[in-house]
Order: sequence, then structure tokens, then C-alpha cells
Amino acid sequence: MTAAMATLEQSPSGKTSGLKAQLRRAERLRKIKAVALIAPLAIFLIIIFVIPIGNMLWRSIDNTELQQVMPVTAAMVQEWDGSDLPNEAVFASFAHEIRDSRSGGGLGRIGRRLNYEDPTFRTLLTNTIRHLPAEADSWTLALQEISPRWGETSTWLAIQRAAPATTDRYLLASVDLKRNDAGKIEAVEQNQRIYQSVFKRTLLIAGGVTLICLFLGFPLAYLLATLPTGTSNLLLIFVLLPFWTSLLVRTAAWIVMLQSGGLVNTGLIMSGIIDTPIQLVFNRIGVFFAMVHILLPFMVLPLYSVMKGVSPSYQRAAVSLGAHPFAAFWQVYVPQTISGIAAGTILVFIMAIGYYITPALVGGPSDQMVSYYVAYYTNTTNNWGMAAALGSLLLLATLLLYLIYHKLVNQKQLVRS
Amino acid sequence: MQPGAEMEPLVRFSGVQKTYDGENLVVKDLNLTIHKGEFVTLLGPSGSGKTTCLMMLAGFEVPTSGDIFLGQQRLNTLPPHKRNIGMVFQNYALFPHMTVEENLLYPLKTRKMPKQLAREKVDRILSIIKLDDFAKRRPTQLSGGQQQRVALARALVFEPNLVLMDEPLGALDKQLREHMQLEIKHLHQQLGLTVVFVTHDQTEALTMSDRVAVFNDGVIQQIDSPQALYEYPANAFVAQFIGENNTLTGRVKTVDGDFCQVQFGEGLGTRASKSLTLNAGDPTQLSIRPERVRLNGASQSLPNRYRTTLHEFVYLGDHLRLRCELAGNDQFYVKVPVSELCPSLAVGDQIDIGWRDEDVRALNAV
Amino acid sequence: MTKTTQPKAARRIINTTLLTAGLALSAGAHAFTVISFGGASGDAMQEAYYSPFTEKSGVRVTAGDYNGEFARIRAMVETGNISWDVVEVESPELARGCFEGLFVPIDWERLGIKDQVIPEAVTECGVGIMVWSTVLAYDADRLPRAPESWADFWNVEEFPGMRGLRRGAKYTLEAALMADGVPADEVYDVLATAEGVDRAFAKLDELQAHIQWWEAGAQPPQWLVAGDVVMSSAYNGRIAAAQEEGRNLQITWNGSVYDLDYWTIIEGSKHVDTAYDFIRLASQAETQSVYSSRIPYGPVNPDAIALLSDKQAAQMPTHADNLVGALAMNTEFWVDHGEELEQRFNSWASR
Repeated sequence: MTAAMATLEQSPSGKTSGLKAQLRRAERLRKIKAVALIAPLAIFLIIIFVIPIGNMLWRSIDNTELQQVMPVTAAMVQEWDGSDLPNEAVFASFAHEIRDSRSGGGLGRIGRRLNYEDPTFRTLLTNTIRHLPAEADSWTLALQEISPRWGETSTWLAIQRAAPATTDRYLLASVDLKRNDAGKIEAVEQNQRIYQSVFKRTLLIAGGVTLICLFLGFPLAYLLATLPTGTSNLLLIFVLLPFWTSLLVRTAAWIVMLQSGGLVNTGLIMSGIIDTPIQLVFNRIGVFFAMVHILLPFMVLPLYSVMKGVSPSYQRAAVSLGAHPFAAFWQVYVPQTISGIAAGTILVFIMAIGYYITPALVGGPSDQMVSYYVAYYTNTTNNWGMAAALGSLLLLATLLLYLIYHKLVNQKQLVRS
Repeated sequence: MQPGAEMEPLVRFSGVQKTYDGENLVVKDLNLTIHKGEFVTLLGPSGSGKTTCLMMLAGFEVPTSGDIFLGQQRLNTLPPHKRNIGMVFQNYALFPHMTVEENLLYPLKTRKMPKQLAREKVDRILSIIKLDDFAKRRPTQLSGGQQQRVALARALVFEPNLVLMDEPLGALDKQLREHMQLEIKHLHQQLGLTVVFVTHDQTEALTMSDRVAVFNDGVIQQIDSPQALYEYPANAFVAQFIGENNTLTGRVKTVDGDFCQVQFGEGLGTRASKSLTLNAGDPTQLSIRPERVRLNGASQSLPNRYRTTLHEFVYLGDHLRLRCELAGNDQFYVKVPVSELCPSLAVGDQIDIGWRDEDVRALNAV
Repeated sequence: MTKTTQPKAARRIINTTLLTAGLALSAGAHAFTVISFGGASGDAMQEAYYSPFTEKSGVRVTAGDYNGEFARIRAMVETGNISWDVVEVESPELARGCFEGLFVPIDWERLGIKDQVIPEAVTECGVGIMVWSTVLAYDADRLPRAPESWADFWNVEEFPGMRGLRRGAKYTLEAALMADGVPADEVYDVLATAEGVDRAFAKLDELQAHIQWWEAGAQPPQWLVAGDVVMSSAYNGRIAAAQEEGRNLQITWNGSVYDLDYWTIIEGSKHVDTAYDFIRLASQAETQSVYSSRIPYGPVNPDAIALLSDKQAAQMPTHADNLVGALAMNTEFWVDHGEELEQRFNSWASR
């Protein structure tokens, strides 16, 4: 072998570089193969995941409605200083562009956008378009004749706010803030405030559900991991059984179970424990019941898979070293399941934080989480800006929490087992 | 073994039985005394009941009947964490989420030992096992041998009355295993430990132990010093299990004190040292170690000589094994140092072999 | 069939299918197409409107349905590829589409039915089809007497128990103002002022602890039957369906908020004349009564009520008795102010 090494060392440099080239070629082929193997997934992820999320992030600051429908007016109104009425050129371009906007749905888009600035704007635009003359010597006067509001700077200030390509109004509104007429950020009126408490509530409910799942799931997973394989497989099927029915059906079943005339209340009344039905659904209790039930398997499965790999000899070792069996469990067994606890809690928490349909069905208005309002803005009001802003903040909050969590767990170096 | 402490009994099994299913006894009527400072190995094939005995001693299994004593204390109802018995597990069971130091401190913490004292003890044991520099490492960052030493140290650091080892060297490669065998042996002598060691490896048992208890079928077949076990196996199972062995079946013709005359094969006979219960006319199993069989020239002066056919050479470096046929047994091995072998020997040759009377044991036939 | 003939037969079938599809497609470009929401209502329309129209005019109606996807209409108009002629829309979509110019403005002179239908059916771009209503429904077996108004709905002393309301500002704020004594015809004037909105929310504060909020139209009758609530706002069609199942659910029409579905003609349709004829026929008392006898949605033509049985007539939101104290939904108001009022409602409700 030493002889072989000697020859290699003595070989001329030209030969070595040939070898390197060969190695590179071989490596390149391997790389191409690896890329080819991963490409379908990567493309899938980009189409299904990266692009939509990027799109969502963009929509939370997108303000291009006016620029698209009224490019000239949008550009001109941005240069206006806002102190006096805009000049005739602005009025004229506005009059021409609003007439053209009626075809192709553009009017609807700017109508919706401008209505966010002032709820009467759409009516104003309808009126204006209806009475717009074909020709006018002074569009400034012609528009003011249709509605005196075209003579107010506040009307044009609203258009000015809608003119830039991006806006922070949706993101600000998502945390109960807004810009006043002077452009300063301030809190929205007391009776319009909602999202700060909704975000707090979302974290609280998700955290509560996660803790309950951990509390209920840990003993169950421990039982599954310590039972003989045959029995534990059977029980595991029961754990997975809920997955065989749809989320909606399970949620609806909880309503049937928990409502005033439902199984639980009827049972309690019949057994004489209570006299009048207790409110178990359409409030926080119902939300916890249904969400814990649905998310429990996501806690049990990671815990089970980690526990299955923890040898019982660790606990025996601790006991033989003088630890009470309970202390042995707590000091030696539990720390070794940390990676399972970490996986289970983060999984359940992240799933819970995005829950929508279950709280919507079994919760009251004060139990709705962020996703509910995302769905509300998407489905009911078509306000994509708000939906995207709330979604982006939720995404940000999730990522932030995950980072903190990751750091905490890593710091304790408990993850590896 | 420490002289003077020799005869003080520490562990006593008295009529212990164990069954898991209520039908088959895993351990049958076990009576065993282990003295203070002794290194006792429980040796046997898997399923022979040796590990069950160890687990009953550690407290992880409860005897179905009978008593176990540690010193004057009856152990049966004492929970394992109060027994003060150190244990080394098969896969070490080092806590992966703790450093070496924390692993070693663990038994001292459970005993609420003052921190300063505990630290001193840990430092001392670390230096004994020569792992001073590894205190802050995690078990997964150590080699197999190092992990083994830490596991050992953890079982010793709280100075237990008794140390149990459950096949602790099974996961190591051959060389490391032999090295660790010696190291454990030295620790035993150095610290005056009482050790109960479980293994299925007879070499390990012979190397390390003061006494070896050979288990089979839930019963101790023989308990004796390694040498006695090897030289004077009590029965055919022990003879087979300990070391290599050639077996010939025959019948006792006459008995003469500790010896007897045995007839075997077709008209062959030998004098042999006999086991206690054998009488004239009994069937017997002759047991001869391969290294005690002499070849050709060296056999000329021996009382028992036979002619055999050489079937095969097996080269093993320091020695050779010759497979011969004797009295219908074609698995009869002769072990010869390489230097003593005549180079002209070839497969198919007729060779003479022989043995001394005291090197062949006539055992009860099984 | 043998193996050798199978491919030939299959090819023949495929050819035939393609040919038929092609014919259908090319015919579709010319055929008069009416799109509704389908379902039970669509079946009733077939019997009440489509068949008589074909019989009378000889024009075949290609009937289709959709789920109210507004984007589809918008795409059709924007690309100029118009395959629908008359489409049923709900009032918010009517307002939006009319604003965006997706619908042909209705020439009421030409249609000539302005005086036959209720005023709410007459709009710039749409002609009312039928009326549905959000009503106060209750379980007559659980209440000491019939509640007569939203004021009774708010009266938790005389009528103890939970109440169901739709989770949202729409309908809820109207009900609150009516409960506070605002006459039906002034509700939207009051609601258009900041004080009016405050007044509505203040009234809701009184009842908040007794409200169980529903979101799906199926929930109120279910809760009423199960006893979770004693009264609830509800869609009249749902209550009528529950009544047919033998439940003693009753409706208080006073203070009901009614809304309409509308026929619209898609901008760019090549069958505007036919569309006018169709809509005219569909607005007649005879055809409307056939529709309403099949499904409890009120006819926009009040004369149709007289053609129904008494029992059916009493279920109609547009029955003269039921219109007393009823409020017409102001879609324009909600299109403009919906966003801020809904946000304020959400803010209030989640407190």
C-alpha cells in the first residue's frame, strides 16, 4: 500500500490534473442526476408554494389599481402639492380616463379601492360617469357641476393616496393602525379596533390547544410506545381513525354532541348532575374541544415515534442509580422525548394558528382567529389587500415564533437524542 | 478476591423460582451464595435464566417464590432504587441528554450528596477510568470503549455494595472486548468490588471470574473456579459449553477409585477420570480437550493410544487443528502447535494419537 | 362485441360525441341562454318560465346554472365572448355589475311592466325575479305568546332564552334599530349617520349576552328545533321548509328585511329582444304564481299572490299582510358602507 501511495505522489502533475478533471466530470454527472431528481418537486413547490406566497406578500402592499386604470391621472395627481385644487390637466385626464374605465371592469377596481378611502366614493363615481358630458371647455367646472365634491381638496387627496404603486394601509389596518390626513400613523377609532386582540387571541387559543394536546397526548403516546406491538398497532389505528372522516364532519359532530339539546347536556341532565343545559358550544369551550380532538393525532404521532426509540433501560438505569421511578421518568425519560415534544407542539401550534373552519362553526364571534378574517376578506368583501396583509402578518408571526422556539430548544441542546 | 473477606457472604439466593407465564419455570430452585469481594459470572446460553437472576437481584423482576438476601436484608420487597446496587447495562444506558460528568453526578444527586464531595468523587472516578478530559462531552461523542468505561464508572461512583453487569461488553469488537475484560478485572481488584457478571461468552467468563456459575434450563449446572470448570466439568453440558471438547460415547467396564475403565467404539478402551456418580455398566460420555491429545511421536509413551485417519487441516496461525476420525466420530479434533507439526503429514494419512488417563473425563451420558 | 370491432365502435362513439358537442357549441353561440342558481329554484323556473316561454315564442331556452361567480361574467364581458344572455344575480352583484357596466341598462318603457311589480324590482340594470326575506322566526311551543316585533325579540324578561342572529352587521343593525323604535322606512336614513350606527350598537349591547350567532342559513331552524334558541333571525325559505317537516316554527313578518334576486341582460348579448320578451313573461302574475307555488320565495308581481292557495300565499314575503312593517334591503347602502360597518361589528362582537 505504501508503494502505491508513493507512485501516486510521484505521478507528474499533468496526470493529477487529468484525474481531477475526471473527478469533476463524474461529480458533474452526479450533480445533474441529483438536480433532475429534485426538479419536479422544486418546480411543484415553486408553483404551488413560493409563487402564491410571494403573490400574497405583494398583494398586502399592492396599490396599483389606480395606476392601471388611470395611469395619467395617477402620475399627475402624485405631483400635486395638495394645498389647492389640482389644475385643469388633472381634471381633464381624470374625466377622459374615467370614461374609458367603464369597459374592461376598471371602474369596479378603482371604485372599490377609492371606497376604502371614503365609503361614498363609489356613488360619486357612478353619478359622475352618468352625467359626464362628451366635451367640455373646462373639465374643472364640468366636474364640479356634476358634484360639488370635485371642488373639495379632500376628494382629490383621497385619489392621491390611492395613486402610488404601494401602500402600507392594509398592513397598518391589520394591527389597528392607520394614517391620518397628515400622513402620521395613529390608532384607529376605539370601535374599529379588532386585529390586535384577534392576533393575541389566535396565539392564546393555539397555545392553549397545544398545551392540552401535549397534556393528553403524552400519556397516550407513552402507553402506545410501551405496549406490545400488536396492541399498540391496534390502538394506533384508533388514534388515526379521526383522519378517515372529514374535518367538517367531525366539527359538525361536536356541535351535535355539545349543543343544548345535545348528547352531553342530555346525558348530564338525565343523570341529574345539572338542571339546565350548560353552554358548551359556540363559545371558547367548544373551540377547545373540537380543535384538541382534531389536532391530537398530530401530537401523538411524533411523540410516539420518538418514544418508540427510547430504550426502557434508561429508566431502569436511573432507578438502579437510586432515583425514584417518578424522578427517573421525569429526569431521564422526558428529556429524551424533547425532540418529539418539540415536533409535536410546533406542528400542532402551527396548524392551530391557521385554523379557520372549526372556530367558525363551533365558536362565537369572540373566538374567531386570524384566518377567519382572512377568509372573510377573501370570500365576503373581496378585499384582497386586507386578506393578504392579515395573512402576511400571520406568516410573519409564525416564522418568528418558530425561530424563537428553535433557538430555545437548540440552546438547551435537548433536541438530539 | 481479597483475602480475609473471602468467606463473608454478601448475596444469598435461597430456593428462588421464577415463572412469567405460570407454566414454565425460567429459574428453578436457585440456591447461590456470593461472597464479599468475589467476582462471580453467570454463564449460559440465552434463555438459560442467567439474566432473570440478575434482574431479580437488581429488583426489576420479582421472584415467584424463595428469598434473596443482600447482607442481612431480605431484598424481595425492597424497591430497586433503594437497593444500592450498581448496574452496568448491555447498551450502557448512558443518558444521552447529559454530559459524562452529569451522568456520573446523577447517582450522587439522587443520594443528596453535598456538591463538593460529589464533584471530588466524580473527578476521582474519572481519573481511575482515565477519562478526565472527557467530562464535558456527551455520550454520543465518545467511542464504544469510552462509553463502556463511563457506564462502569457510573455504576461504581456511589460505592454500591454490589455491582451487576449485564453482558456489558457485547457491543464491543473483539480486541476492545479483551482489553476491557482486563480493565474490569483490574478495577475489581483495585477497588475490592463484589461483582455479578452475566455473559454468554465462556472465554470472558473464564478470564475474569473468581467463580463461574454455568446456567442451563433454569438450573445451575456447576459453580466452580474457571480452572475446575475447565478441567473437571461436572457433566456433559458444562464440558461442551466451556472450551472445545471431543466427545466419544462408551460404557463403564470397571471402577477404580477416581478412575474407571471405559469401552468405546469397536473394541477400543481407555482409562479415564470419572465423575462422582458413575458406576460399572453405566453408559458414559468421554470428554477429551483437543489440546490434550498428543500426536505420533509424542504419544508413544502414553497409556491410551489409537490409530486414526487424518481428514482435514485447519490453520489458525498459532496452532493447527487436525480433524480426524476416531471410533466413528469424524469430528475428532487434535490441536497442535505449528512448531510441533511434522511437515510430511498429508490428508488421508494414518496417524497415531494418545492421551493420559487424567486428561479424559468419563461423564454421565445425556 | 369482438376484439376487432371494439376499436371501430369506440371510434364511432367518439366521433359521434365530438360531432354532437360541436353542434351544441355552434348552436350555443346562437341559442338563447338563461343562467340561474339551479337547484330547486332552477327546477321551479323551468316549469314556471322556460317551458311556457318556449311554448309561446317558439324560442328554445338553453338553461344553465352557476354559483354566483361574478368573475365569470366579468371575464365574459371583458373578452367579448358572450355565451350567456339572461343571468340571475343577487342584489350586491347587481349593484357592482351595473356600476362596472357588465349589464345592459333596462329600458323600462320598452319592458312595460313597471306598474305590475313591486318598486324594489325596478332597478337600473336588473328586473326582480323573486323576493326572499330575513325574518324573525320562533318556536311557538316555547314562547308564552307570539313576539310581534324586534322590540319583543329584545325583551328578555317576557321571553327568556337565547336568541339567534346572523353573525354580521347586515340585517343585525337593521333589526337593532327597529327594536329601538325606528320605523322601517327610516332605518337606512338613521343608519347612514354616525349617531344612528352608535344607536344600533348600543341597542345590541343590551342583548349581547343572549345572542347565539349563526352563519349558515341551515342553523336557525335547527337551533329552534333543538331548543338552543327560542327566537332567531332566519331566511323565510328555511323556516317554511322546517314547517313542512311538521315543526311548529312561526314567522313574525313585522320588521322582516326582504331582498330580491334579479334578471340581468349581459352587456353584448345578441338576444336582447328575446331577453326582454322572456323577462316580461317571467314577470307575469301567472308565471310568477307557478314559481312561488313550487318554492316559498315571494313573487315580485303582487297579483300572483291571489293565484296561490291561502296557505302558500301566507308564506310569501310579498303578501300584503307580510309587507306591513317590512323593510327593503338597501343594497347600495351595504355596498358602500359594508366594509366599515362589518369591521365595527366584528370589533364589537369579539369584545
